[in-house]
Amino acid sequence: MAKHTLIAYVEDVPGVLNRVASLFRRRNFNIDSLTVGGTDKPGVSRLTVVVETTEAGARIVEANLYKLVNVLRVDDLTHKASLTRELGLVKVKVTPETRAQILQLVDVFRARVVDVDEKTITAEVTGTPEKIAKFELILRPYGIAEMVRTGAVSMARGHEPVSSAPPLVRTADSDHHHDTSGLSMSV
Amino acid sequence: MKKLTGAEIVWECLQREGVDVVFGYPGGAILPTYDAMTKYPKIHHVLVRHEQGATHMADGYARASGKVGVAIATSGPGATNMVTGIATAMMDSSPIVCITGQVGSKAIGTDAFQETDVTGVTLPITKHNYLVTKPGDIARAIREAFYIAKSGRPGPVLVDITKDAQQLTADFDWDAAEPKLPGYRPNHTAPASEYTKAAELINSAKRPLILAGQGIIKSGATAEVLALAKQANIPITTTLLGIGAIPASSDLNLGMMGMHGEAWVNQAIQQADLLIALGMRFDDRVTGNLKTYALNAKKIHVEIDPTEVNKNVPVDVALIGDLKEVLGELTPQVKKSDHADWWAAIAVNRGDSAVRDIKNLPDSGHLYAAHVINDIWRLTQKRDTIVVTDVGQHQMWEAQYFHHDKPRSLITSGGLGTMGFALPAAIGAKFACPEKDVWVVVGDGGFQMTSCELATAEQEGIKVNVAIINNAFLGMVRQWQEFFYDKRYAATPMTGPDFVKLAEAYRLTGLRCNQRPDVAETVKKTLADKKTVVIDFVVEKEDTVFPMVPAGADLDKMIRRPKQDVMLESGSDKEWEMPTSPLPNVFTEKKVEAKALNGRGKAAPARKAAKPAKSNRR
Repeated sequence: MAKHTLIAYVEDVPGVLNRVASLFRRRNFNIDSLTVGGTDKPGVSRLTVVVETTEAGARIVEANLYKLVNVLRVDDLTHKASLTRELGLVKVKVTPETRAQILQLVDVFRARVVDVDEKTITAEVTGTPEKIAKFELILRPYGIAEMVRTGAVSMARGHEPVSSAPPLVRTADSDHHHDTSGLSMSV
Repeated sequence: MKKLTGAEIVWECLQREGVDVVFGYPGGAILPTYDAMTKYPKIHHVLVRHEQGATHMADGYARASGKVGVAIATSGPGATNMVTGIATAMMDSSPIVCITGQVGSKAIGTDAFQETDVTGVTLPITKHNYLVTKPGDIARAIREAFYIAKSGRPGPVLVDITKDAQQLTADFDWDAAEPKLPGYRPNHTAPASEYTKAAELINSAKRPLILAGQGIIKSGATAEVLALAKQANIPITTTLLGIGAIPASSDLNLGMMGMHGEAWVNQAIQQADLLIALGMRFDDRVTGNLKTYALNAKKIHVEIDPTEVNKNVPVDVALIGDLKEVLGELTPQVKKSDHADWWAAIAVNRGDSAVRDIKNLPDSGHLYAAHVINDIWRLTQKRDTIVVTDVGQHQMWEAQYFHHDKPRSLITSGGLGTMGFALPAAIGAKFACPEKDVWVVVGDGGFQMTSCELATAEQEGIKVNVAIINNAFLGMVRQWQEFFYDKRYAATPMTGPDFVKLAEAYRLTGLRCNQRPDVAETVKKTLADKKTVVIDFVVEKEDTVFPMVPAGADLDKMIRRPKQDVMLESGSDKEWEMPTSPLPNVFTEKKVEAKALNGRGKAAPARKAAKPAKSNRR
């Protein structure tokens, strides 16, 4: 069992998110995170789905996603060089004594303070899901008043957006488990 | 361009899709469509007695003809009554289109009278579904529904249309309503390298076996499968839904596999070194325990639906695509071979099974379902017959003792196991193939679930021959209780109406038969009658389907019928053998396990000391 990140392009029609979510429920897959939003193409939405499953399970998820009539394209980023980002808003309790420490930590995480009052500081942090988890962990001792995470969004590195014709059923040797581009650099 | 009401557009589209019959039941939200029906007399409407019947009829029509079946119902309860039929069609990949009325678009979400979120309810049991709220969208939805239903792996599609969309007018432009489905990819082609790998596996196999499923029937690939099998003399076994895909009379066809499959077939699967699975999906009823399933065999899977590959059984080579096309490519790469040793090994197991065949038992005064079904087969062999079965013991006996030579000659609810399926599905099949004889083989339990459709048969003046295998029990459940619940027959003894009088109440013919020698005469009388005939075959109450692989047990660890000579000597016909090795721990009953161990290597002791003979006569 491991986390698998799948990207699905779907037609932006009523009920499509329900169809996707229902598929995971019906097939008994546990969704770690599911985000959806628009793309550069009108009428096309893009989903990032993170599921905890086996390699074989990921193939079944992929094939099942493809089976949905409104799903245009599916790609698995799990073993590809990819960027994953998540946004978190953390509202942490402050006292006059802790305020400076917290502001310093916010700075260390390259987070941004977006709201301050006499009892709390709210910071916005973006980065990998791990980074946000770490940010939460560090602030927890001060007392977290409220917190929200968006769920992960992912994109492959390099100039090829996603494979143009992903295979319908991957077998061990049809899978491309290697970095697609050596030129792309981490920013 | 024609301005039509949404309701008229529905019928225009159905007519252009080549629909000649629809099965339905009117109601408030679908009333505009029913009102417009009178303008389209070319399409025959069959008024059912329950919407579940409409879906099963559409399903039976689709399975018998290969065309798309159509069912119509109103909103709310009309649509929810369809759910069982839609789920049945989904599990067995049957192409049907269901059209349902919905409350007015402004009332949606207000819990209006007879409102149900039908697209939500049917989401997991349809291949796709639509909610249409504008008359201009109806044509596209219906065209796409037909296209999706019949292409790729077929399945049910539902189109829910609001009442106002049926009433309002729109331009009807058939061509502009062409399906636009950018994400729908029903057809796949496997890369050439996979064909080479598959051919290499077949050419090097010593003990290959073809597992033939319903995909062969859907694809019309009987000839292609036989060509492959003949090329390398590969034995074939079929799934339940694959029956008829390969002629039963073919020497290559061993018979049915799985829970109630032939013992020698299940033994062959476990001994095979290569399984070539064609249009089948390794259902748990055919594999038994997956941990011990065909461990010695490499597996090739030819399947149109990518989600079925590696779902239950991991395979070595997957060829995703239409069976007919795939085999057309693959067979020329397969070398000639006779596999004589393999056939000889199968023959040994087959001989052991032959001496256990109940057909070899002389008339003991008891009427056994196996004899009834075999007699119906014997007497209808020269006729073009479709048999539609329900679900339960009779279904398995039909699969074992009626020998189907043609595709689409057995229609049965496989995946969902829907009781009540048989009679309505048979009515649908009769509409698809009016020139053929349609027989319904049904248990007394399942028949009572949808027997109201006898009225539909009577009103339509069609003839189906209903053979009720009446054992006054929910027989298959009783069998499980007998084996695994220490014979506690909780809620399985069942009375029914006087089925002869019931038939007569519907102005149909009713017959009763409870003696083995009378079966032939009854069947002949039935064939001669012009009306629908209901036959009450009063059979042995506590008869059992053999062999049986207990759920979750190893495929070749079957509960066997004892050899017939043993049965004759002991004077009891109620003995059976548990598997020769201990069963896996699937039973909670310690007693059953102990019995299994005692039974090692010899027949288990008779379970009943004395049973009054002919107790089943009523």
